[in-house]
Amino acid sequence: MNELHINRIACDGRGLCAELLPELISTDPWGYPLITDNGVPQDLEEHARRAARLCPRLAISLKAVSPPAPAARPHRTQWTPAGTPAPRG
Amino acid sequence: MRPLLDAAARDEDEHLARNGPLPRLASGALIGALQEAGLTGRGGANFPTWRKLARTAVTDRPVVIANAAEGEPASRKDKMLLQHCPHLVLDGLQLTAEAVGASRVYLYGADAPQRKSDRYPITCVAAPNTFTAGESSAVMAAVSGRKPLPTDESRDDMLVQNVETLARIAQIARYGPRWFRQHDTFLATVSGAVQRPGVYEVEKPVTVQRLLDLAGGVETKAVLVGGYHGRWLTPRDVIDDPGAGVAIALSADESGLARTTEIVNYLASQSTRQCGPCRFGLPALAEALAARRMDQVYRLVGLVDGRGACHHPDGTARLVRSALTAFAGEYR
Repeated sequence: MNELHINRIACDGRGLCAELLPELISTDPWGYPLITDNGVPQDLEEHARRAARLCPRLAISLKAVSPPAPAARPHRTQWTPAGTPAPRG
Repeated sequence: MRPLLDAAARDEDEHLARNGPLPRLASGALIGALQEAGLTGRGGANFPTWRKLARTAVTDRPVVIANAAEGEPASRKDKMLLQHCPHLVLDGLQLTAEAVGASRVYLYGADAPQRKSDRYPITCVAAPNTFTAGESSAVMAAVSGRKPLPTDESRDDMLVQNVETLARIAQIARYGPRWFRQHDTFLATVSGAVQRPGVYEVEKPVTVQRLLDLAGGVETKAVLVGGYHGRWLTPRDVIDDPGAGVAIALSADESGLARTTEIVNYLASQSTRQCGPCRFGLPALAEALAARRMDQVYRLVGLVDGRGACHHPDGTARLVRSALTAFAGEYR
């Protein structure tokens, strides 16, 4: 799974992305891209890559996201005052 | 109970006499202690401090920055803290630098005395008096020699900590996480329609009414908690997220929408104009609010929220949303 990321500082609202990828990107009243969902479905990945490649400001990137990791085991750190050795075992 | 303000000391000798010598801890020991203490950042984001340290500790030649740039016009607590307990802040900075193995250490937005006992020399960097100058990516840019403007990049090898957070780190290293859990206070700057505006140290959680009692609030309509990116609350509310501890009281005869419009005007003027939705959206939002075109206000709030490199538009959206709820009676 990939996510669209827009560098809002680099973007100056040329609007090419909304033409190349209308399924995911529309524009606001000032011409800047509006994305309702960052996630890029598999069947649109090629189109998303093309939009990123062709953005004249190179403001779009696709970032691979891994599925959420299983919840970590709760971990408690043993704290001891400075100078006293930590208990063993 | 004022564990932080009671630790005040003018010079190093007084500081050592009152607070004791700075303990030396192994890197993991400090981070573990911060985790157990549950300390969160006092710069506004309330993020767990130990996680920031742990993330930076694994990077190569990291940079540690103490952030004293108080962009919030109504906030005074960082300046006040540096005046009253500069050595506690410097202790926290040294401990943090040591815990992450810093290659350089900065103090941003203030001057500090150089102390002989410090292992890490501190470089002081001036901050401009703008709202966004204290935003963490702007701080990173500033110490890298660039203009102090927010950027799109987030860097794990640069650790930005608010000065109040650093002072608390120095206390946790001295007295331990269990002590801190019983002394978890924060500094609140109370201003607006109160008789005694100023900085107060209060325990968490705290009600809005408690802040008003301390500062002498009378006939209060609402209180803006968390500064210009915060929320309008009523005196009955409990403050779960104090942000950077700014509270601005509004008296019963003032208009909440008018005050919010003034603030949004100011926030629009403080946009660094780098991101389109913030550059165009905030002035449009201020204009719609001033004209009480509420349909347009609702739409613009949705259009600016989450659409900048930094949180300036999100914070503005949060403020306006809370005003629409709190002062619904003024326009319906």
